[in-house]
Amino acid sequence: MEIESLIDLEPKTNIPEISPGDTVKVSFKIKERDRERIQVFQGVVTGVSNGKIRSNFTVRRVTYGIGVERTFFINSPLLEKVEIARRGSVRRARLYYLRGLSGKATRIKEKRDLAKSTTETTAAVEDAPVAVAESEQET
Amino acid sequence: MIRGLIAKKIGMSHIFNSEGQIIAITALECGPCFVTQVKSADKDGYDAVQVGFSETKRLNAAQKGHLAGKEVGSLKYLREFTVDDLSSVKVGQKLGADVFQAGDFVNVVGTSKGKGFQGGVKRYHFKGGPKTHGQSDRNRGPGAVGATTDPGRVLKGTRMAGHMGHRRVSERNLRVMRVDPAKNVVFVEGAVPGARGGIILIEKSAKIAKAVKSTAKG
Repeated sequence: MEIESLIDLEPKTNIPEISPGDTVKVSFKIKERDRERIQVFQGVVTGVSNGKIRSNFTVRRVTYGIGVERTFFINSPLLEKVEIARRGSVRRARLYYLRGLSGKATRIKEKRDLAKSTTETTAAVEDAPVAVAESEQET
Repeated sequence: MIRGLIAKKIGMSHIFNSEGQIIAITALECGPCFVTQVKSADKDGYDAVQVGFSETKRLNAAQKGHLAGKEVGSLKYLREFTVDDLSSVKVGQKLGADVFQAGDFVNVVGTSKGKGFQGGVKRYHFKGGPKTHGQSDRNRGPGAVGATTDPGRVLKGTRMAGHMGHRRVSERNLRVMRVDPAKNVVFVEGAVPGARGGIILIEKSAKIAKAVKSTAKG
């Protein structure tokens, strides 16, 4: 018997597919005594680990000059939602090289979706919400 | 109801509790177990239930004879457990994970993973010797093992290097987190001795259950 098939999971429908290099906004519930609030953590996904209840992803951001990496479990009840702000194009599964870089060197090229550009007709409709997300990020 | 069962360790994983904390769990396949013998105080001097687990083809004649006519199949492992009410069990009865329920506390017994011949540092958490100050070959040594002319020998039981692991290990008062009666699986909090696939005895813990429950977290 395989252990992980025994633990039934409620499918999380509000979590998009996350891949390394993406810039994501993670809404995470924080409990402070009796109060519960939602904290947003925005940064670059530096790694994704898949495996049923073990599934998690790591997000890196630099705040006040300090690099912060947080790992979020996809099936955690505290994970409220994940928004993809930007799809990044990277050639590695784990972006540990970002740790040694700062400023402009940490930029990641945006992913050009080949499937979309070849079928322009449908892409035009789908592109619209992505463009909104981008402008939000720049402000 | 019977107080324990024979189980097989499936492996470890984790679950999230309502607070969103990760709880490490071990899954134990609890059966199907069968009652192979009921021992009573009148006949055997004490009350107990003998339970069998795991179907096998390789039994010797004595084992076959013991199980003959009991409609329990050829069972590899037989162990005795205490029972709350002797009249509630009968030979041939099938027992499963529903003996336990979430929130119970259980004691588990298993055979720990064999570690082979190990030094004192790993086996007894000795500190080892200093790495510097002119030391050359004492990094993981045990240090002194005895006194001087009196007593002139090393005391019995002195901790030294030797075989480690592969012995019976009990772990007490593990909380049952979840029970899956359909698949006959019990999930207990924390680790359980032994390798995956190892045979585990799981028994309700009588003593502490109540006291711990009142101070239990989450």
